[in-house]
Amino acid sequence: MPEESRAKAQSDLQEILQYIDTLSELDTEGIEPMSHALPLTNVMREDEVQPSIPTEDVLRNAPAQKDNYFLVPRSFE
Amino acid sequence: MNLETMTALELGAAIRKGEISAVEAAKFSLGQIDKYDGKFSCFVTVQDDILQRAEEVQKKIASGEYTSPLAGVPMGIKDNMCQKGIQTSCGSRMLSNFKPTYSATAVEEMMKAGAVPLGKLNMDEFAMGSTSETSFFGVTRNPWNVDCVPGGSSGGSASAVAAGECFYALGSDTGGSIRQPASFCGVTGIKPTYGSVSRFGLVAYASSLDQIGPIAHNAADCAAVLAEIMKQDKRDNTSVATKDADLEAVLHTDVKGMKIGIPTDFFGEGLDKEVAATIEAAAKQLESMGATVEKFDMPIVKYAIPAYYIIASAEASSNLSRYDGIKYGYRADDFEDLLDLYTKSRSEGFGMEVKRRIMLGCFVLSSGYYDAYYRKALQAKALIKGAFDRAFEKYDLILGPVAPTTALKIGENLSDPLKMYLGDIYTVMMNLAGLPAASVPCGFDSNGMPVGMHLIGNYFDETKILGAAHAYQQVTDWHKRKPAELANI
Repeated sequence: MPEESRAKAQSDLQEILQYIDTLSELDTEGIEPMSHALPLTNVMREDEVQPSIPTEDVLRNAPAQKDNYFLVPRSFE
Repeated sequence: MNLETMTALELGAAIRKGEISAVEAAKFSLGQIDKYDGKFSCFVTVQDDILQRAEEVQKKIASGEYTSPLAGVPMGIKDNMCQKGIQTSCGSRMLSNFKPTYSATAVEEMMKAGAVPLGKLNMDEFAMGSTSETSFFGVTRNPWNVDCVPGGSSGGSASAVAAGECFYALGSDTGGSIRQPASFCGVTGIKPTYGSVSRFGLVAYASSLDQIGPIAHNAADCAAVLAEIMKQDKRDNTSVATKDADLEAVLHTDVKGMKIGIPTDFFGEGLDKEVAATIEAAAKQLESMGATVEKFDMPIVKYAIPAYYIIASAEASSNLSRYDGIKYGYRADDFEDLLDLYTKSRSEGFGMEVKRRIMLGCFVLSSGYYDAYYRKALQAKALIKGAFDRAFEKYDLILGPVAPTTALKIGENLSDPLKMYLGDIYTVMMNLAGLPAASVPCGFDSNGMPVGMHLIGNYFDETKILGAAHAYQQVTDWHKRKPAELANI
């Protein structure tokens, strides 16, 4: 992040965090954290091979490609 | 035949009867876009195959293949829903050149119903915002006052419907993003029960909160769209089997005998007096139609915003970690190594609001803070759901304002993010609890700006919500009014 925006970003985030700190006033003793409002069970499927997205479609949005691969900078020496 | 005042269902019926063709309807919408979009900037992308699609749809209506009441009706799609081969930008530089290889399930369902998509509608970047000002593609304007925002994040969708550029639109709602713009633009919008519309192909912001829903001129149109898109989908494992949204039942709902509760905590400090008065008048109207209206306390409202912003930001920080400039999306031009590629692509690709929420999300999930923030917020979420469960033991519907104000002025909102977040006070709880909720036009303030009333229902009670809204819309005409600005262009 450029220097100029850092100070504003910091003060904005501090203000936001101060506000969300009000949540600590809420009595949540004994309450189970809830991720989903309605009961959901995981959906499973058989591990069957299905046709995948064609390579040329996959590469169509690639920022850089070479020989049917995504082209990326070296990630280890 | 005046297409300028027709609803989606009225147009669909006229097309089916042969009074007008899908091609003529599409030409009309293209003319509207030509006329108004320069002023309102609702569309990011207008498709170039619209007339071709309309011709194909017309043939399939004639052959009996397309039988939906919405077949042939031009629709807009919020730019965070994948459409195969069509730029899907999410209002962001990060995806400004992204063309998906597949379409969202909700889009596919509307296509199977014979919809004629016109293009992709502007929005706050990655659906993070309440004004549509954070879009990389510029600001969308409110047709009721071009110096005002249309709301967000589905601002382009609401504005386009209000301006008559499309007959209905698909929007998405994570913390109020369908309902608040609908309120600001004087149109009807509904966020259905979580899990009732597939999120497959909806670019994720907060996966446990996001839902797709319609924005249209009235409740009946919304019900017709929901009837097509409310389906369980194998490709979204959070989608659930639902009751079908019943258009017939919606059209024949009687509000008489309905018990409607109004939380007193919705009417505290911060609510504009004229908005409060308009909502109270709407309550009186429903009472005169035979409903009983009663106030009740819901003190948990105070904790809705902190809980929402913790959870939404946490999920967003995870969902947006996929944007790394490697396989698709924005990649910086200049980088020294892989880490630099990630850093620069994300720094340059994302706008300030998105960055803010990613940082907040990472923080609340981080070691040492996870319990105090994220876990605490999930406990608050359980308490919020509990409060609504208790309320729905007594009431059929809950009524309140959608937003504390009418549409804000453009350019005044982004410098104070916390103030902007507080504008979501009424809408975020329904996302946290997964409940269905609609915004229904119920009046105007003294500046002529629209006010929407918030109708909240129990799980899977979309028919009850839209039925009450439809009944209200039979005896009021707020939803039929058009922005004066349209006559000036």
